[in-house]
Amino acid sequence: MNEINPELLRGMTRSRRDALRLFGLAGAGLGLAACGVKGQKAAPAKQSDVQKYWNGKTKHGHVNFANWPLYMDKGRTPLKQFTKETGISVTYREVIQDDPSWFGKIQPQLQANQSIGYDLMVITNGVSFTKLTELGYLVPLDHSKMPNFAKNAGAAYKNESFDPGNVYSVPYQTGITGIAYDPAKTGREITSLADLWDPKFKGKVGMFSDVQEIGNFGMMAVGVNPEQSTADDWKKAGAKLQEQKDQGIVRKYFDQDYIDALSRGDIWLSMAYSGDIFQQNLSEGSNLKFVIPEEGGTIWTDNLTIPKTAENPVDALTLLDYFYRPDVAAQLAEIVSYVTPVPGAKDVLAAEAAKATGSRKKTLQTLADSPLIFPSDADYARLRHYRKMTTAEEQQYNGVFQKITAG
Amino acid sequence: MRRRLAPYLLILPGGLWLAILFVLPMVVMLSFSLMQGDVVNGFQLIWHWQNYTDSLSAYDDQLIRSLVYGLLATAACVLLAYPAAYWIAFRGGGRKSTYLFLMLLPFFVSFVLRTFSWKFLLADDGIVLGPLKDAGLLPQDFHVLATGFAVVAGLTYNYLPFMVLPIYVALERVDPRLLEAAQDLYAGRAQAFLRVVLPLSVPGVFAGVLMTFVPVSADYVNATVLGGTNNTMIGNVIQNLYLVNNDYPQAAALSFALMAILLIGIFAYARALGTEDVLEVAAR
Repeated sequence: MNEINPELLRGMTRSRRDALRLFGLAGAGLGLAACGVKGQKAAPAKQSDVQKYWNGKTKHGHVNFANWPLYMDKGRTPLKQFTKETGISVTYREVIQDDPSWFGKIQPQLQANQSIGYDLMVITNGVSFTKLTELGYLVPLDHSKMPNFAKNAGAAYKNESFDPGNVYSVPYQTGITGIAYDPAKTGREITSLADLWDPKFKGKVGMFSDVQEIGNFGMMAVGVNPEQSTADDWKKAGAKLQEQKDQGIVRKYFDQDYIDALSRGDIWLSMAYSGDIFQQNLSEGSNLKFVIPEEGGTIWTDNLTIPKTAENPVDALTLLDYFYRPDVAAQLAEIVSYVTPVPGAKDVLAAEAAKATGSRKKTLQTLADSPLIFPSDADYARLRHYRKMTTAEEQQYNGVFQKITAG
Repeated sequence: MRRRLAPYLLILPGGLWLAILFVLPMVVMLSFSLMQGDVVNGFQLIWHWQNYTDSLSAYDDQLIRSLVYGLLATAACVLLAYPAAYWIAFRGGGRKSTYLFLMLLPFFVSFVLRTFSWKFLLADDGIVLGPLKDAGLLPQDFHVLATGFAVVAGLTYNYLPFMVLPIYVALERVDPRLLEAAQDLYAGRAQAFLRVVLPLSVPGVFAGVLMTFVPVSADYVNATVLGGTNNTMIGNVIQNLYLVNNDYPQAAALSFALMAILLIGIFAYARALGTEDVLEVAAR
């Protein structure tokens, strides 16, 4: 350390000169970036755009499908059957953990007009969905090639507020966000949002890190309908959630990994997606329960969409329509236990239950009668929808709720 | 002519690599940090210095926490690594390389997987805490996960080899004859260690601290996997701003602020340790 190598000293002076040169290069780079980065806001798709896009597109015999975890059985039964019937092979990956992160991942590629490697992807209605449509990143669907959807989709799913007329999307599954709990640990029935604020469960409550989800629960806890909420309501909800955090009641703000934490016993009750809990009980033999809280739960729709840079759009559209065959919808309902957009699936399930025997008969009958797969009108009345937001509103909204989830 | 060109030709591949893949992206990010806007409507470069003040005031908690966790984990690394490196260097004998290989063995398993395995190990009713709770040694609501301790422990575990290796290299170079000479001059074992071995190993410790403190402070995997509601680190915030909010200007501003703070800290540290040239020691 004491004797400094003279060569090194000389090297240092040279590198100092080089550093100055680097600054020159940096200046040039600044010049390049100086004009800023243009937005790509696109006009809404018209009928002519549909024809323009789909003209000349042909079947390739393959499709790449990006989906969420626990959204199909391990054997991928519906896809195998699809390949058998149509000759189109499917690469299926459960790569989507939450919408904003997925959007962040694919946005640069879509902006540069490059393929994202997937032809079909499942996006929840919400701010990311709005951004994708506003930026023109989704392909307008050709309804003339979707006979099953026209015939079998439930009326409510043909005119959703976030995509009227199904220009860019059709529902894959609909689901409910409510509360899941382990009755052995909580020692009592959980019925209300107030249970998530109960100091008795200190450090054992899981909440979602998704700002829309947690914001909705905060609002419902202070008696506000999220769909009609204002900026003031967000602040009130934020304060309520902050109180829950400050008292140490919340263990963690979860993505998809709340299911593991719940079954390991790290948390006892948590915000949860309806279908996840059924699947977990079925596959792991756990004994978790799911409720729609008295104050309300939220209903959301996961949508099949085709990104504009899809390499196999025709195959993707074929698969999209395939999910609307009642027998396929029934099969999927049996697998994922979410709310199916195909009401006809109920009859299929009931008919199969009549034919089946033993435990399978019971399972099928439970599914056909389950209010969480085919919700009653009273259930629907308790379920709240996401609020549609502009980008400016979203930034304000994020500012309120991310302060909480960001620790 | 050829002779004069040779050094430039030699530096060309590496230089280009740095210019295209390091300098240029940094410049683009720097300009991003001064823009304003959003993904849908585009970003305009309006020299928006407020990005720095806004992001720093919004996330000062996480920034300070990251530096504190960084310091704690680095200190823990030094305390754990020094004796291990010392033992391998002076007592390792013919099996030195085996011990070093064992030290590096965890690196053959993915970083994320290693961290996740801790999650199972330390679960509230897991294989460690479960039996202790059943035996009544711990209260039922005791937990290790979702605490600052878990995050710092995870960081220490994941970055330990980065500390062991440079210290080992420095200690390995210490000539045993120096120790014999010290003993000849009536130095006790402690004296010999404090006045001969320790000063000679300082460059190793210094390099190890550099190699752990910087990545540890910016780490976000450990806080994500092992942390809870109040253990978020600045890396998580930056990742969230980039990938979830698409707020590139604030994310870039925060990244540059973090970089500046780390650089200032390191140079101050180099001064304090009496090493004039940070890079020289790191290169040893």
